[in-house]
Amino acid sequence: MAATATGIYHRSYQREMALRHTRAEYLRLALLVTALLATPYVLDRYWLSIVNTILIAVIGAVGLNILVGFTGQISLGQGGFLAVGAFTSALLYERAALPMPVSVLCAVLLTAGAGALFGLPALRLKGLYLAIATLASQEIIVFIARRWTFLRDGSAPLSVERLHIGGYQITREYFEFQWYWVLLGCAVLAVLGARNLFRSGLGRAFMAVRDQDIAASAIGVNVTRAKVTAFAVSSGFVGLAGALSAHYTETVTWESFTLEVSILYLAMIIVGGLGSIAGACYGAVFMMLVPVLLNESIGAVGDSLPFLSGRLPAIENAVFGLVIILFLLLEPRGLDRIWQRMKDYLRFWPFRY
Amino acid sequence: MVSRAYRFSLNSSRVPAGEPLLEIRDLSLRFGGIHALSAVSFTVTQGQVHAVIGPNGAGKSSLLNCLSGLYRPQQGQALLHVRDDAGESSTHDLARLRPHRIARLGVARSFQNIELFGHLTVLENLMLGRHIHMRHRLLASMVWFGPARRQEVRHREFVEEVIDLLQLQAHRHQPVSALAYGIQKRVELGRALCVEPSLLLLDEPMAGMNAEEKEDMARYILDVHELRHVTVLLIEHDMGVVMDISDRISVLDFGRLIGDGTPDAVRANRAVVEAYLGADA
Repeated sequence: MAATATGIYHRSYQREMALRHTRAEYLRLALLVTALLATPYVLDRYWLSIVNTILIAVIGAVGLNILVGFTGQISLGQGGFLAVGAFTSALLYERAALPMPVSVLCAVLLTAGAGALFGLPALRLKGLYLAIATLASQEIIVFIARRWTFLRDGSAPLSVERLHIGGYQITREYFEFQWYWVLLGCAVLAVLGARNLFRSGLGRAFMAVRDQDIAASAIGVNVTRAKVTAFAVSSGFVGLAGALSAHYTETVTWESFTLEVSILYLAMIIVGGLGSIAGACYGAVFMMLVPVLLNESIGAVGDSLPFLSGRLPAIENAVFGLVIILFLLLEPRGLDRIWQRMKDYLRFWPFRY
Repeated sequence: MVSRAYRFSLNSSRVPAGEPLLEIRDLSLRFGGIHALSAVSFTVTQGQVHAVIGPNGAGKSSLLNCLSGLYRPQQGQALLHVRDDAGESSTHDLARLRPHRIARLGVARSFQNIELFGHLTVLENLMLGRHIHMRHRLLASMVWFGPARRQEVRHREFVEEVIDLLQLQAHRHQPVSALAYGIQKRVELGRALCVEPSLLLLDEPMAGMNAEEKEDMARYILDVHELRHVTVLLIEHDMGVVMDISDRISVLDFGRLIGDGTPDAVRANRAVVEAYLGADA
């Protein structure tokens, strides 16, 4: 259990339910906000584009964690739901000429519906059996995306016009910079929304279903409905991530939503910490950033060792895998737990406990 | 006796004391060739502590599971009488309802093997007891400020009274899986009380406890009963406790009802003595 600061006495339940209490916690929040605000002015275009993909991944990982970490329903269908969001928003924006916020909202709702539909097996199946059932949904959705010519521009992948919202046009020159603010806004809303969900009754019911579904039904939780709702809510977040990625990359093709993507997202929430919103964020940052950093550093080493240059991609993958295994061995409960332990260590210092 | 003045009623049944609350009629449950319950009938009266006793495998837990919708009996009825605020009465057959529907009628229970939400804190477990009294709207929950937060505060006040009644203050923010067995049992009782039960089903609330813990638990059950006249249907093996706290006792053996009456009547019943109590009970 994480240690908490002592000597804090709340005078109302409302104060106690706040996400942050101490001055130190508010200071940390202020630092984080400052860092997020400063990021686009400090980083160059290349690094900013990586930050942007991380922000999209954060939304997707938070969505998946709602389902897997908080409700205990394992899903391998993440890629499929990203695809539903991406294609829906792209088609509505391109062919129906709807404004982007409307098309994204429609994508969120449609993906939520698809999630609820493909979540129906969860009413009967648990654990690994459910994982296989959601694998089917992944394959069905990707199969449709691959075969349905309506989802392509002739023989080319569906391309999406550069984003404009109302009279506001994203320019080529400031592409990453402008997108950063759009994506940051969406990611912050998604994270706060999910965080709030799990301090209110609806989110608690999801966790009750995860921990003890029989007891949950005995206190009046409609387990069937809770599971379907969890699938829908989770898929809604994932649909948002998919839609944003479609507009950001300006092209949509089934190849970016394969099973590999589903597993990448599962890895994000496992490495970050199951059942933790912050963990989903850490995991998304980790899984998107580490390969890039490895690429940079191994590339630098490779320059001095020319005989390795042909094998660099393989080495990169191996090191990435090794890093994940090490993290899981050292702290199975993920980066979130590591962060908690670091805070505890500082709080108790110079004592051990 | 409890002296503190509590604001909330823990009892949601408006059936007048002394009238039948739950009528079990010819309840039969089979698992393949095994007759877990054979035509069991008895009545639980509003405001009483009613114990179900019997040897291991007599069908006591099966009976409770039928009443909370976890098992579906092949025959018979379990009629719960409900009276709403306007005094209109209605009857619901628990043997035909799904578990969450039964909970919504105010039938709350604890489990023989503790079934708490292990990753959650005591407070969260108790707040989950308030589930049926809360409104769960997605957008309001995600916004938090406004209705969702007001609702949390309102139900928190109720939960805090249960925490006070069961003396769980020190454990409020601990995850329940980290608590001692006796405390976990108490949290389970608390979660059932947070439902605001019209009928409280307790499956061996004192199993595995030492004498002192048993006394505490008996005290809590009696407090709840004296304070709010909550009707309790409990299964228990400790005869001393059962004889002390029950108003009425039903005895099961091999799925059949072999005795039903006041503690004194049951103690004098030959069939019960032979099947369960033993000669010197």
